[in-house]
Amino acid sequence: MSNVAEIPALSAFFTAAFLLLGSTLTLIGSLGLLRLRSFYERVHAPTLGTTLGVGCIAMSSIVYFSTSAGQVAFREVLIVLFVTITTPITLMVLVRAALFRDQTEGQDASRASIESAPRPRE
Amino acid sequence: MKLLPYPIASAIFLGFWLLLNQSLSTGQFLLGASMALIGGWGLAALEQPKARPRRPLAILRLALIVSADIVKSNIAVACIIIGFGRRERRPGFVDIPLELRDPYGLTLLACIITSTPGTLWVKFEEPAGTLTIHVLDLVDKAEWISTIKSRYEQPLLEIFA
Amino acid sequence: MNALLVYAIVFAQISLGIAMICAAYRILRGPRAQDRILGLDTLYVNAMLMLLVFGIKSGSTLYFEMALVVALLGFVGTVALAKFLLRGEVIE
Repeated sequence: MSNVAEIPALSAFFTAAFLLLGSTLTLIGSLGLLRLRSFYERVHAPTLGTTLGVGCIAMSSIVYFSTSAGQVAFREVLIVLFVTITTPITLMVLVRAALFRDQTEGQDASRASIESAPRPRE
Repeated sequence: MKLLPYPIASAIFLGFWLLLNQSLSTGQFLLGASMALIGGWGLAALEQPKARPRRPLAILRLALIVSADIVKSNIAVACIIIGFGRRERRPGFVDIPLELRDPYGLTLLACIITSTPGTLWVKFEEPAGTLTIHVLDLVDKAEWISTIKSRYEQPLLEIFA
Repeated sequence: MNALLVYAIVFAQISLGIAMICAAYRILRGPRAQDRILGLDTLYVNAMLMLLVFGIKSGSTLYFEMALVVALLGFVGTVALAKFLLRGEVIE
């Protein structure tokens, strides 16, 4: 069914554990996109996937390839670093754009009403 | 023209090159070193302000605090999304007056605040030095301000003094 | 123990697939443009993680390069789209 290499039990356990943890967190983060009500709440949801989700899955990949290839491989650190540096830029520009659009269109989602309303609707 | 205008950036460049090529052979090392040299000159042409990080111990301690906070707030936000302990939640914006002015310190603070789920960097206004963040679960504004200032800004002020 | 790893890989693939469906739903439904871009941002991160899991499943290190390219292009794409929303033009 898949050609997963035979690796020692301990590292297989750690690979599996990090995979389960990372994919579950990413799934919860993406479910947050559906469950949270307003845009400003939803913006927080993907950060689950981009922090611990990416970190755990990269970690499991590091453990797996380090034991199966026989040499220490931690290239996945690059992906973690890259995602950590770029996520703030994307989200910052996106939130600013959302604020700008809400303010120019004079919607009820302008700053004052967000602060006073307990749960703004879409 | 200095040979190594940005030693830290060049070292990071070389490290990335070796990581991507997965080897420590002499050839790759020489190639990476020459790329790092050229990259350093390219950065010098851009005339970026220089970063002067101090106190490696403070950096290490900040890194530990931030990783612990990332794990903690990941769990907190996951609970909010799943709906554990359902209660009235107030998302909102918080304005924080900052003393930090170093561009690299501010960049690092932006990465830290965005990387901890539940808080998000919105904007920083230069002359007054007010930072606006958005918080998913806002209970007490004053508490958030003092947390950000004492937990992250103080070490960053120490590092980029 | 390797059977556990195989099941974990299947679980990770299924849950990342569901996560991608959630993100795609947000892209399709909106309601506003910023929601769609947020969905796209989540979608590319999930796709990148899916590629890493594929890499573990097939035992090939080639998937790492693919994941890196997806991360690079996804970042540039979402920032360009968000910048477009901010000003109405990408290059000023």
